[in-house]
Amino acid sequence: MPFIQNTDADRAEMLAAIGVRSIDELFEQIPADLRVKAPIDVPEGVSENELWAELTELASWNSTTEKGSFLGAGLYRHYIPTVVDALQGRQEFVTAYTPYQPEASQGTLVAFFEFQSMVAELCGMEVANASMYDGSSAVAEAVLMSTSITRKRTKVVLSAGLHPHTRRTVRTYLGATDLEVVVAPIGDDGRTDFSGLIDDRTTAVVVQSPNFFGVIEDQAAVAAEAKQAGAVSIASVYPIALGLLQSPGEAGFDIVVGDGQSLGVPMAMGGPSFGIFATKNEFVRKMPGRIVGQTVDGQGRRGFALTFQTREQHIRREKATSNICTNNALMALRGAIYMAAAGPEGLREVAEHCLAKAQFAADQLAALPGFELPYAAAGHFNEFVLRCPVPAREVNRAIDAAGMIGGLAIADHVAGADERDLLLAFTELTTREQIERLVKTLSSLSQTVSVG
Amino acid sequence: MNKDLLLYEKSKPGRRTLRLGALDVPAADTSRLPQGSLRAKPAVLPEVGELELVRHYVRLSKKNVSIADSFYPLGSCTMKYNPVTNEAAAGIEGFRHVHPFQDAGRIQGALAVWKRLEDALAGVTGLPAVTIHPAAGAQGELAALLVANAHFRAKGESGRNVVLIPDSAHGTNPASAAIAGLRAVTVKSGADGLVDLADLKAKLGDDTAVFMITNPSTLGLFETRIAEICAAVHDAGGLVYMDGANLNAIMGVARPADFGVDMMHINLHKTFSTPHGGGGPGAGPICVTEELRRFLPSPRVVEDGNGLRLDYDAPDSIGMLRGWPGNFGVVLRAFAYIRRLGREGIRRAAENAVLNANYLRVKLNKTYHVPFDRLCMHEFVCNTRHQRQHGVHAVDIAKRLIDMGHHPMTIYFPLVVSEAMMIEPTETECKETLDAFVDDMLQIAKECAEEPDKLHAAPVTTPVGRLDEGRAVKDPVLCYTCG
Repeated sequence: MPFIQNTDADRAEMLAAIGVRSIDELFEQIPADLRVKAPIDVPEGVSENELWAELTELASWNSTTEKGSFLGAGLYRHYIPTVVDALQGRQEFVTAYTPYQPEASQGTLVAFFEFQSMVAELCGMEVANASMYDGSSAVAEAVLMSTSITRKRTKVVLSAGLHPHTRRTVRTYLGATDLEVVVAPIGDDGRTDFSGLIDDRTTAVVVQSPNFFGVIEDQAAVAAEAKQAGAVSIASVYPIALGLLQSPGEAGFDIVVGDGQSLGVPMAMGGPSFGIFATKNEFVRKMPGRIVGQTVDGQGRRGFALTFQTREQHIRREKATSNICTNNALMALRGAIYMAAAGPEGLREVAEHCLAKAQFAADQLAALPGFELPYAAAGHFNEFVLRCPVPAREVNRAIDAAGMIGGLAIADHVAGADERDLLLAFTELTTREQIERLVKTLSSLSQTVSVG
Repeated sequence: MNKDLLLYEKSKPGRRTLRLGALDVPAADTSRLPQGSLRAKPAVLPEVGELELVRHYVRLSKKNVSIADSFYPLGSCTMKYNPVTNEAAAGIEGFRHVHPFQDAGRIQGALAVWKRLEDALAGVTGLPAVTIHPAAGAQGELAALLVANAHFRAKGESGRNVVLIPDSAHGTNPASAAIAGLRAVTVKSGADGLVDLADLKAKLGDDTAVFMITNPSTLGLFETRIAEICAAVHDAGGLVYMDGANLNAIMGVARPADFGVDMMHINLHKTFSTPHGGGGPGAGPICVTEELRRFLPSPRVVEDGNGLRLDYDAPDSIGMLRGWPGNFGVVLRAFAYIRRLGREGIRRAAENAVLNANYLRVKLNKTYHVPFDRLCMHEFVCNTRHQRQHGVHAVDIAKRLIDMGHHPMTIYFPLVVSEAMMIEPTETECKETLDAFVDDMLQIAKECAEEPDKLHAAPVTTPVGRLDEGRAVKDPVLCYTCG
């Protein structure tokens, strides 16, 4: 049997030691009528080489983004330095458990301490945890946390520019609470219009920048308005953009969350990635998730251990700050290796390349007859909405025919959106040739339309 | 040379590992961005060259104890071998570089892996409706409790707001109940270590939403009255949720659906061998009865005339609990594992897990007190009753095990046994490893009596000794650079 090392002789010897005659006797503690009478409904097993053939066949049914893709919408195709796979892939990291035994887990603990430091720096905050599941659930946890900071406030204001999955996730997490969720609409310029919505009943205000439509929000204004109302301000970030753009800490936010996928994690159908969660020191005891702290051993040597564990479910049970236990540690390790490989200069370079490609594409696409950039005035980072003369789905079919993956037809995922709106993403991996092919493809579409 | 420096302490301006090639388009024009939207000062990140980066993480990796290098009998965590093939599988280009918003017709391979694993989990549990959306076991619990809320709302029974939880349960159970807006009420364990049926029945009523039960329990015992328990909960109008943390003990041998369980989660990172990764990622699929299917979280992988697709809009769904469909990388590894084992291998895994646990139990139960000393499932709990007279605690035994080259067992859990030491060897260990562990445990018992200070001083072979965890709270240093 795969992965079982005991031989028949071993089993016989062990059964004798236990004092039972057969394996079946070990299972007599399960009432007979509750044991299966026939094999369960799962296919027969296969050998490793058969498995490999099956997996490569299944993988070949997928069309990969490596051929050129303009699909982002929260999940981006960035270059992953080979050191990330080589180092994260070490079995000592991959097959260790949560570092509850610190002396036997200093590798993981040091890596998380450094991770926390890098995330806090990136976000411009004072403290970060050792990861959440992903960006969307991190937003939901941040909103729940806000209710322990403010008192008796009943309203949560979410920007309509949050990723639609994030808004859905927040609604699910808040479903059992009395909190009212109010969605602040996107204004004509593509930025969130919070006017009149943030008041003394508001516990949390959540904004994402760049928002789902690629538009850079006026973060400082949102943070200031929340602060004035006594609400907790929460920013959701795209970490790569922070190589260039203002950090939420600089803008005055209380909590910063985001999805770490862009920091060295493959898209892989959207998971696993990791969530980042950073805040101010004053809120550390209200923070969800695991936190690593520095301390010393009996000989005064520096060491690291999980700390503030009395916040967590295994100790506090129903009064814990969150139910999170397993997190996305190994993906956070990828993020740490990526950030260390990039350093401040590398991160800035990646961000600048993303912006350069998007600006190059935007200029050419905006010049095509029939196409426009509805939110151009507000400013974008690496992603923007292109309003097409035909439904975005049709445009995507043309891009597909040109051998690449199109953008997101926004109306497929955001109720009420214009069906002509196409969300296009560009990264350092997008080539000039791909952009030119995109422009050519769309220009032939625009000609067809104008002739028609 | 100090090999224990942090990356930040090795950092020097001007060094880095990642450098892109020349831009093939004009340089970015940041003046086109709105005023005030640029970063005032760069993030302080380590600046290191590639060789130092590699050395740093290779050295760190050597400071971990892992399944790949040591026996890891951490009870309740099912630290079985994580097949290296499955890591390689996740690197296959056609799985690595796919986006869930791609046209469904272009990601049929990924969706097929998803669907086939869901089908297999339905086969293992007997519960027909499965989703692998939740990111981990705790999120699976939350998802299921929200499903229960939706179910009772649909039936007009919104007054059901109590979750009954045995005192031996994982802490995530009550923590998940709190988020679901439900009140956690504890059910006692009886003298036999099983759920106290009388106490359960006394607490069942019109307000009962869900009874959450871990079976086999965290004591490694099968709840022999599980069918009666489920019937009693159903009679009271409640639903039974099974925490599947210990599914490894019974898979292929018995199906939770046959017990009367309505909902359960599975930890793919325990039972189905996906690696724990120093704390995650996991995946916490939930399996429910046909009646509850319509409430499952979104999106679901569904099949229609054009093949498989993701359905984000099922009208009765409780919604999403995270971004994107789920942890596909974990799904893929678990799928690869189940394909290797097949129906036969799944049963053999459970058999050998139970065999290995009982073998350790009988080899140790004369030296260490086993409070419920009868046939166990995949794990058992012992304690320090025979050792405490020497001033030795479970933590001392755990630390001494590290010096002997093993990862310790789980200690101080479950809470119902004082000084608990919970041992789960898993099926992938061979008899020689178990024998070596037994020898070391017996040696430690001798040391408890003869040289207890050796235990108090342990571990001495690790990069650091026992840490001052109080200081980490009193004088918190959580970030290198942030003052």
